[in-house]
Amino acid sequence: MNKTNLVALGLLSLSASLASSAVFAGGNDDPLLTKVMLDQFEKGVDPQDPTQFSAQAWLGYDLNKLWLKTEGEYSNSDKQDLEIQALYSKPIAPYWDVQFGIKTDIKPTPNRNWAVIGVQGLAPYFFDIDAALFIGDQGRTAMRVSAEYELLITQKLILTPEVEVNLFGKDDAELGIGSGLSDVSAGLRLRYEIVREFAPYIGVDWRQKLGNTADYARNEGEETQETQFVIGFRAWF
Amino acid sequence: MKSQYMIKPMTQTTNSELNNSRRRFVFGASAMLALMSTPFPKNAFANALSQSLSQLSGKVFDLSIDYKMVNFTGKSARATVVNQLLPAPLLRWKEGETVTLRVKNNLDHDSSIHWHGIILPTEMDGVPGFSFDGIKPGETFEYQFTVQQSGTYWYHSHSGYQEQTGLFGAIVIDPATPDPVIYDRDYVIMLSDWSDEAPENIYAKLKKQADYYNYRERTVMDFFSDVNKNGLANTWNARSMWNNARMSDSDISDVTGSTYTYLMNGNPPQQGWQGLFEQGEKVRLRFINSSAMTIFDVRIPGLKMSVVASDGQNIQPVSVDEFRIGVAETYDVVIEPEVDNAYCIFAQSIDRTGFTVGNLTSDASLHALIPPMDPRPVLSHSDMGMDMSGMDMSGMDMSGMDHSKMDMGAGDMSGMEHSKMNMGGGDMPSMDHSKMAMGGGDMPGMDHSKMAMGGGDMPGMDHSKMAMGDGDMSGMDHSKMAMGTAKATVSGLGLAGFGSNNEIKHIDTEFGPQVDMRADAPKSGLHDPGIGLRDHQQQFNRKVLTYGDIKGLHPTYDTRQPSREIQLHLTGNMNRYMWSVNGVKFMDAAPLEFEYGERLRITLVNDTMMTHPMHLHGMWSELETGDPDFIPRKHTVLVQPGSKISYLVTADAKGQWAYHCHLLFHMPGMFRKVVVK
Repeated sequence: MNKTNLVALGLLSLSASLASSAVFAGGNDDPLLTKVMLDQFEKGVDPQDPTQFSAQAWLGYDLNKLWLKTEGEYSNSDKQDLEIQALYSKPIAPYWDVQFGIKTDIKPTPNRNWAVIGVQGLAPYFFDIDAALFIGDQGRTAMRVSAEYELLITQKLILTPEVEVNLFGKDDAELGIGSGLSDVSAGLRLRYEIVREFAPYIGVDWRQKLGNTADYARNEGEETQETQFVIGFRAWF
Repeated sequence: MKSQYMIKPMTQTTNSELNNSRRRFVFGASAMLALMSTPFPKNAFANALSQSLSQLSGKVFDLSIDYKMVNFTGKSARATVVNQLLPAPLLRWKEGETVTLRVKNNLDHDSSIHWHGIILPTEMDGVPGFSFDGIKPGETFEYQFTVQQSGTYWYHSHSGYQEQTGLFGAIVIDPATPDPVIYDRDYVIMLSDWSDEAPENIYAKLKKQADYYNYRERTVMDFFSDVNKNGLANTWNARSMWNNARMSDSDISDVTGSTYTYLMNGNPPQQGWQGLFEQGEKVRLRFINSSAMTIFDVRIPGLKMSVVASDGQNIQPVSVDEFRIGVAETYDVVIEPEVDNAYCIFAQSIDRTGFTVGNLTSDASLHALIPPMDPRPVLSHSDMGMDMSGMDMSGMDMSGMDHSKMDMGAGDMSGMEHSKMNMGGGDMPSMDHSKMAMGGGDMPGMDHSKMAMGGGDMPGMDHSKMAMGDGDMSGMDHSKMAMGTAKATVSGLGLAGFGSNNEIKHIDTEFGPQVDMRADAPKSGLHDPGIGLRDHQQQFNRKVLTYGDIKGLHPTYDTRQPSREIQLHLTGNMNRYMWSVNGVKFMDAAPLEFEYGERLRITLVNDTMMTHPMHLHGMWSELETGDPDFIPRKHTVLVQPGSKISYLVTADAKGQWAYHCHLLFHMPGMFRKVVVK
């Protein structure tokens, strides 16, 4: 299906739920809400380290939401990343949403566009899971799975381990991406929630390129493994 | 957080008070208690800060709804008030008289007033959208109806979230005939919860992060301390159910003392409310819980309370030390305080994140001690409708009891006592334990010997998801189980006064993303004091009121048997903060239809871990507490987590009525329109 159609479908469902208003004998049960989450905004401790961010936002109702996800990395070198996803999100189970829409990789160039289908939710043992399949031009496919866990040291001091893996269906030499398992990253962040909505943190981030992707990196004279210590903050409203 | 912060000044003012101990009364019962307790702040009452309810009486009332800036927390915030008062004025009516209430709305938004628990024509009930359009800004609506009852009730807005911002007041109706309750003096004690946050924002926060106000989540430290106590395997197993269910055992209140300041008659706890009495007086306290979201546990250390009315209706007096009051419920108690003493009226929130207090004394210079809050409740498997100990199985049949998939986890079931199982005269043909998988534990105390089976029916008893770990069941002795001969092919409809015999059915609409739990074996909530109170008898020697203790003072008004039963499941998804009935929210639901004049039973099954106060407008909820001759009438019924409860309704009021959970942020979804025609 055409990607713009997918988004249009999402918008339609949203407006459908907007239309069904009723007289309220109390508060509005299902108001139109937005939530903006800056999950990570951080700088590596080493001056050479990039500034990274990861953010999500949703707009909608209990059962129909438009979801935006973006993440990026900026450094003085030409190594920059920026991607944006626009998704329609609908629950399929008490703790799970299915999401579909589009993803565009603005940086690095040449940019790539993808159709997205994924699931996001809370697995048993309180693991936050986000798993998505990306289908791009010229038969390109990719998959990303990330898992996160919140460990409460106290009610406000929270340790968050997370892992993410990326897989690609075929080589993309221009971008230095090899087919198969391309990279694994793991992070550990310790935040203090001054208020629910704002928490500074410190953390460590480790990334490993694998397989053909690692080979591309080695050919370019790049590191295949990076570890950096970060400081940043998390905020939502 | 806020309310905890506010308690501090009290604990710091103790020294000078202690030196002045001649002026301070320590109730003699327990010196220990005194040591653990906290006195009121110095001169809090002497300064006459304590606000009492102002009363209006007569037949014609002019009420004006306005905004007003108030300050309960040290910060100024906007409230919605009646006649510039929070709580709104106490209205004193007389049974049999016709009252006229002219309500002017000076807000920018629609408003309304609902007369809670009052039997009246549907168009006077004050619920917008139900044969009344609400009161538009600037308009006046005239309510007029004849008062057909007596007792303690209240009134509140039924528009938006105006209850949360202060739009509530008390109603006391003096009886036309001599009052069976003997008292010399009465006070209304109105409990409420105040937040400086706009209620719409609270609701939005809950939708974005359901545990936003819960600062009692389990931590790593709790895990290690449990491992120390119980070992790793047991701790892991004990946690696995919660982890699998993705639920929190500390999820008691959605909105807590971290934003709420709890008020008594409009007084925050550091100020307190004060009431005076004289020698030899019997004092009637009329408790009303006008909170938006807070269930309270009430006691007066040092005094027995004789509970004489529930939801305005007289009951056979019950002597208790403590009672739980759900949102919108009322309880009248009579106490006999001793002269030259001071007593603390202590109302702690169900989740123990805050409290509110009053000082009852014969001498305004005497200040009672404020007791510490009790330990906070932790939810258990039984609150998910899973446990079987202490189950009341009277009148049940066990034919459908399937234990085949029992899988028992962390092995020690010594506390699993079935001795209280009282089974009518039943039949257990398909009680299948064959596939019970038990690890390597030990069940010595599992004693079924006292099980007495009469003639009942237990088709809904599904233990299929019980998880048992390491089990040794050698001591499981069923030999003395006495089974009656009666074969119960009970039709389902039990006798009036005894509750439902029907099978618990989860219908199709209960399955979907909007529902995160279904109680498989909901127990009766009748004799359950409720979460956090169950051990108070044993631990503190406090008799706690249960619904099972309540019998009407007046004989049952309608002695007919119910002709049918409606089973309604209270459902929700905590994580998404969605609430519904049978998995369907109000907006999408067809009305419930009652036939005019019919006598029916409603059985509420709580498929959530929250305690829901369910309020039916226009008709009484006649709670089946076990005595068919004295069925008590209520307007609001607490449904315990993972439990069920039944009441009878006589559909004697034509029109459209609201039926909903009275927790303000559950109400938008957990709501039904009832049509009587």
